[in-house]
Amino acid sequence: MTASVAIAARGVGVTVEGHRILEGVDVDVRPGELLALVGPNGAGKSTLLGVLAGDTTPSAGAVELDGGPLRRVPTRELARLRAVQLQKQGLAFGFRVEDVVRMGRSPWHRTPAEDDDDRVVAESMARADVATLAERLFPTLSGGEQARTSFARLLAQAAPVLMLDEPTAALDIRHQEALLDVLRCTVRAGSAAVVVLHDLSLAAAYADRVCVLADGRVRADGPPAEVLTGPMLTEVYGHPVDVVEHAGHLVVVPVRSHAPAVPTLQEVP
Amino acid sequence: MTAVLPATEPTPGPSGTGRPAPSRSGARVLAGRVGLLGGLGVALLVAAAFGAGHGQLDVPPGEVVGSLLHRLGLDWGPLPSHPQGENTLWQVRFPRVAMAALAGAALATAGALMQGVFGNPLAEPGVVGVSSGAAVAAASVIVLDLGFAGTWTVACCAFLGGLVTTVLVYVLSRDGGRTEVVTLVLTGIALNAVTSAGLAFLMFLGNTQAREEIVFWQLGSLNGSRWEQVGVVAPLALGGILVALLLAPRLDLLALGDRAARHVGVDVERLRMGTIVVVAVLTAAAVSFCGIIAFVGLVVPHLVRLVAGPGHRLLVPASALGGAVLLVVADLWARTAIAYADLPIGMLTSLVGGPFFFWLLRRARRTAGGWA
Repeated sequence: MTASVAIAARGVGVTVEGHRILEGVDVDVRPGELLALVGPNGAGKSTLLGVLAGDTTPSAGAVELDGGPLRRVPTRELARLRAVQLQKQGLAFGFRVEDVVRMGRSPWHRTPAEDDDDRVVAESMARADVATLAERLFPTLSGGEQARTSFARLLAQAAPVLMLDEPTAALDIRHQEALLDVLRCTVRAGSAAVVVLHDLSLAAAYADRVCVLADGRVRADGPPAEVLTGPMLTEVYGHPVDVVEHAGHLVVVPVRSHAPAVPTLQEVP
Repeated sequence: MTAVLPATEPTPGPSGTGRPAPSRSGARVLAGRVGLLGGLGVALLVAAAFGAGHGQLDVPPGEVVGSLLHRLGLDWGPLPSHPQGENTLWQVRFPRVAMAALAGAALATAGALMQGVFGNPLAEPGVVGVSSGAAVAAASVIVLDLGFAGTWTVACCAFLGGLVTTVLVYVLSRDGGRTEVVTLVLTGIALNAVTSAGLAFLMFLGNTQAREEIVFWQLGSLNGSRWEQVGVVAPLALGGILVALLLAPRLDLLALGDRAARHVGVDVERLRMGTIVVVAVLTAAAVSFCGIIAFVGLVVPHLVRLVAGPGHRLLVPASALGGAVLLVVADLWARTAIAYADLPIGMLTSLVGGPFFFWLLRRARRTAGGWA
């Protein structure tokens, strides 16, 4: 395999209690690339992310990180190579937001990089727009604020491979755009990112490549313009879907059979 | 997020420039830590001096300190004026105060560790049945009259009993990387039911003397603590607390949940198993001669968290000191509240700890939005 691949799944299959969740999945993520994982509920997106992160051992196939088998990488070293933001954020005790972000620095303890902790933590909090929340207690935050704090923790970990499971689900529209913008900047600087997204328009706007999962298999994999097409999405999601172009961006909208409640754009003089 | 800063390099190296000087808040945190630990240390010394002095034969604190210093070879301070003072101090009071401090420190540290490893502020050796598991094993030693390791036999068996129950609680109450309050409490009820059946059976088996010993021991008491017993408990408790201090920084990360803790580089399984062994050692240290003293591990870490926040670097040592202070004071109360009566200390801690546990439970229910 080429050295330019940061992380790669090869023929990955996962079976849980007789249920086939993933089968024969091949996915590459390269440095400088933002890959969006999309697909309907139960397609296996989170499971695939779990396999790539090293949480789930696949029942078939393997994952390679920097050309070597992921399984062999010790936990602490792995934490310096990849950072993960889970869909659900929980915290057992009332740590302050800044403490939570600082937890992202723990893989760098007793390394030269530790000297940068204060700077990286402050910078990560600014980039995730949680600097003003620094003294607040994590469990008292709203869902969106918790998600942004977890994003700051992910950034603070400063790993070359970033994995995020629906990071925008709880965010308002401004923070959705801001988060993906920051993520894209990080990727431009050489990181690789895998992001599970439900919002296909966001995927179209920010991803370099989109991988469509359906029923545990890769249904399509390529640049957004090639993959996100009406017929393709209609088939995968089992619902008529239109892809339109608006101000230079692809916008994915479901086709609704009932009459629109507001006048459509064309009707406005 | 109006201004997006330039991206950090994936692997930051040490940079000579741009590193902020240690912040004022950092210095304040350090001062707070030293203040809290120092304050608790002073409180422990004061409580120990008063605890050793008070009782049926009163020795003023000054004479207690004097007696101690004279034994250390320093001719400072007055010696006990009462003819029996010196003897009472060294044969009865000092071992008892030392035992109270060690047991309190061990139980509070065990509580703090358990809460960290279960990610649940309600975990405590007494509540979830670890103490009574250790108690069953220790009672078997009494009834079956075992003595394969001398004074250490009870401690050995209590450790094994504690270890088995901790692992059981862990395996039974854990689901999807978290322990829900309801599952933990119900697991505790189930385990306590089984262990009390075990204790009942042992009492049925034993003779009158063994029965009496078990009953008193179930009530929890520091009465009749001897130096040989302190000699067994001290290495276990102090060793356990030392390892707990080493584990403490990583316990913070477990608060993120198992998966997220792994993502930031914690070998969760190893940390958890190590912590469980330490909890069993600490519980055994406290239980083997003092019996069941419940709720210390619940109340103390919780109060420390209210004052100092949830960070384990401070929580663990502060809990150890706080637990020692609490039990020395509680023991003083237990033997002086009613003249010529030595109340069981386990009864007192449960009397105070029970309502506290209930209050915590209500609070957990409110903040978690249900019994989750």
